[in-house]
Amino acid sequence: MIAAGLLLLPLLFTFIILVTAGNYSRNIAMIGALGNLALVLFGWMQFDNGTTAQLYLNLMWVPSLGIQFQIGIDGISMILVLLTGFLYPFIIAATPKAEVKHPKSFYALMLTMQLGLMGVFMAGDAFLFYVFYELTLIPVYFICAIWGGERSIPVTLKFFIYTLAGSLFMLVAIIYLYFKTPGNHSFSIESFYHLSLSATEQSWIFWAFFLAFAVKIPIFPFHTWQPDTYTVAPVAGSMLLAGIMLKMGVYGLIRLVLPIVPDGVAAWGNTALVLCIIGIVYASLIAWRQHDLKRIVAYSSMAHVGLIAAGVFALNSYGLQGAMIQMFNHGVNVVAMFLLIDIIERRYQTRWIGELGGIAGQMKRLSVIFMVVMLGSIGLPLTNGFIGEFLLLMGIFSHNGWMSAFAGSTLILGAVYMFRLYRDVFLGEVKDHKITPADTMGWENYLLIPLCIVIIFMGLFPAVLLNVSASAVQHVLDIFNNVNPVVNG
Amino acid sequence: MNTLITLSAAGIVAMIGSVMKSRSWVLPFSIAALIIAGWFAAIEWNQNMILFGAMRMDNFAIAFSVVCFITATFVLIFDHQLNYAKNEHYTEVHAIVLFSLTGVLVMVSFTSLLMLFLGVEILSLSLYVLAGLHKRDLLSNESALKYFLMGSFSTGFLLFGIAMLYGATGSFMVSDIAYYLGLHKAQPEPFVVAGIIMLMIGLLFKVAVAPFHFWTPDVYQGAPTMVTGYMATAGKVAAFAALLRLFQFGLSPAAASYQSLISAVALLTMFIGNISALYQKGIKRMLAYSSIAHAGYLLLALLTAHDITNGTVLFYSIAYSLASLTAFTVVAILQSHKAADDVSAFNGLLKQNPLLALTFAIAMFSLAGIPPAAGFFAKFYIFSAAIREGWTWIVVIAVVNSFISVYYYFRPMIAAFMMKGHETSYTLSIGTQVLLVVLAVLTILIGILPGMLTALI
Repeated sequence: MIAAGLLLLPLLFTFIILVTAGNYSRNIAMIGALGNLALVLFGWMQFDNGTTAQLYLNLMWVPSLGIQFQIGIDGISMILVLLTGFLYPFIIAATPKAEVKHPKSFYALMLTMQLGLMGVFMAGDAFLFYVFYELTLIPVYFICAIWGGERSIPVTLKFFIYTLAGSLFMLVAIIYLYFKTPGNHSFSIESFYHLSLSATEQSWIFWAFFLAFAVKIPIFPFHTWQPDTYTVAPVAGSMLLAGIMLKMGVYGLIRLVLPIVPDGVAAWGNTALVLCIIGIVYASLIAWRQHDLKRIVAYSSMAHVGLIAAGVFALNSYGLQGAMIQMFNHGVNVVAMFLLIDIIERRYQTRWIGELGGIAGQMKRLSVIFMVVMLGSIGLPLTNGFIGEFLLLMGIFSHNGWMSAFAGSTLILGAVYMFRLYRDVFLGEVKDHKITPADTMGWENYLLIPLCIVIIFMGLFPAVLLNVSASAVQHVLDIFNNVNPVVNG
Repeated sequence: MNTLITLSAAGIVAMIGSVMKSRSWVLPFSIAALIIAGWFAAIEWNQNMILFGAMRMDNFAIAFSVVCFITATFVLIFDHQLNYAKNEHYTEVHAIVLFSLTGVLVMVSFTSLLMLFLGVEILSLSLYVLAGLHKRDLLSNESALKYFLMGSFSTGFLLFGIAMLYGATGSFMVSDIAYYLGLHKAQPEPFVVAGIIMLMIGLLFKVAVAPFHFWTPDVYQGAPTMVTGYMATAGKVAAFAALLRLFQFGLSPAAASYQSLISAVALLTMFIGNISALYQKGIKRMLAYSSIAHAGYLLLALLTAHDITNGTVLFYSIAYSLASLTAFTVVAILQSHKAADDVSAFNGLLKQNPLLALTFAIAMFSLAGIPPAAGFFAKFYIFSAAIREGWTWIVVIAVVNSFISVYYYFRPMIAAFMMKGHETSYTLSIGTQVLLVVLAVLTILIGILPGMLTALI
């Protein structure tokens, strides 16, 4: 029932926002997000780290087609549900109250988005998964297009069409699999795991799914929507996209692709891996040459998530466990990063590196916090990024040494562009002497300090999360290997 | 039977009424007539009655005709709200719509090809007249003339096809034709195949699929907007029901001879509809091409024509009608306030009237097939049926088309939500507001709980 609560709570609060006056919307949304976080934490306490879905709910939705409203949480879902629950209060708080026009619609859309995200991570029925997957598109589209910056309309339309295009192929694959299930047919993901499909069928289905998830992640060359969208989106939109939404793609790979089409993965996994690695190197190099802070984070995020996806295609427990924990950590880091950039932009009215400099002298607290977040995102030991990237690279290394060498270049390049950014923006001379901004203030500290604590805590005790997903990840690998003993054997 | 009598009698009364120059009673009268007709149809559920050996009131016929009755009700009420004062032929519209519904009823229940022909003609003639309703407007005249010429042309094909099939099989009865085709399944005579193709061409003209679609954009644009709404919904639904009935009960034994043709036509229609819609400036023309594209998706159902498909097509018809009615009504309201017919008419609509903007957005989401709007399940059912029958490749192409369509469905929405517009204010009557809300709520409700509807069929 906790799973149901995680969906009902955002729905309930969306309605409350819609019927109350706009002045209260932000507070109501915050209460909803905190309530959801409390429920997530309560669920986590009840959770026994097993392989099967827990805290579940199962209702018939469209009986004639065997579509079930089936939701539950296993180890893999748990981490992403935790991520969503944890980040949401930060994302809602990220924009100052005065800056949101039409607060009612904005916060209602934010909570609808949470409903969709939670649904994706908990769905046990492929059809339901698809519906939630699409449902997330609508609110985030409006959030980015209406509250976004210049050129937000064409950019977000491109984003919308790209992601919709990807997922429609997934729909075809899901319907195809549905008709392959025996008897009365079922959309249950579990029943898809037991299908025996020919190698050709698996290849087609692999690509249909891969396309949907690759656009979302985004994997090279399906990424072209991403940097523009991150740049024009309002800070909350960028946080939603980078922090949580693109994890839907990785989650889909682990939940659907690996166990359902193992032969397809065996045949095409290396191709996908190579694409991921090209994306990693490419995005890191481009990030190096950017002058807009948001674009640097956008490309660095593409590199980091490319590494996560590469870890999934390493097809071993190191890679998958690395992907799981890194999804959480990347979410935390990227949200913190966007928050910091937003604060800088609000103080100096610019995101251009060329116009910034010497912030460390003016805003000491901000620069320390920025350093912590940056080290986390580079993956320095004792910060949260370390263990994830370490496991990912280990996973890729045991799959193929050369590939791990290329993938590992992201660590070096990441350090290069991040330190360059820090040098140019925080050190040196102050560029604009007219502005002497105040350091981080009340609400900003309340947001940034918990994020820093999580960054360091997860660096010291990664086992807290690793234990949650371990057995579920092993379960996925067992399904993958049993059906296809040749690979990885 | 009672349904047919009710509709024609009501049509005659309304017609006589138009001579008397009093009009306030017409709307309640037509609605009452439609409710009674619907009720007479509904009580025949599961009875499978045969009328004169030429019509069969089965559940298929009842379901489709009731959908058209409901659509007509909406159209008449909206027309009343928008045009009551201005339209000098207000009463005639009601009479013609009621008459046209008898055509619809015949089209969805025929068992003889002659009845099919009659039904098609009754409906078409009514629509020709409605298209030319604004007799002092050149576009409206052009629309009616074009529709009439093209329609008569297609009737020729239809008749020719019927004659050929009669020549080959010696009967107008659909069941006899099916029996004959079953016997000669292995090698159907060229004569029969030619007849089937002629018949198909005649009907495909009516549903406006490529390459027989050229009349649609001009006719849709020129006709008064609520009439366009009626053509695009009830007119199309009835024609599709007739096609489905013909293929399912009559021609399916000869499926091998026409399936490749249908699949080619479906592909062509989807691409022509969607790609042309991308380039339209006028909203009505855009919606016209979008309706062509939707006919393309619906044709996939004919590839899989059997019992289960009926529900699929019905669901699609309902979802599509709800969305189209909403869209055309919003366009009609905008047009009644300003002359512009292009996307810029929507600029800033959200501020000017949130209800119009939101209901229009829901309609566009539904037409684009994005959950949780009803259009999503509509497409889902059609695509599922096609995949089940092994037409996966066509579904992949349909899917490609679906996301081409997103682009043009989003344009007016973007204008409405994100562009700045003039300070126009729209005053809507309570009735219009309520009906728009009803349409939008139904669209979402059916999208979330499609089982409610499918359980009925």
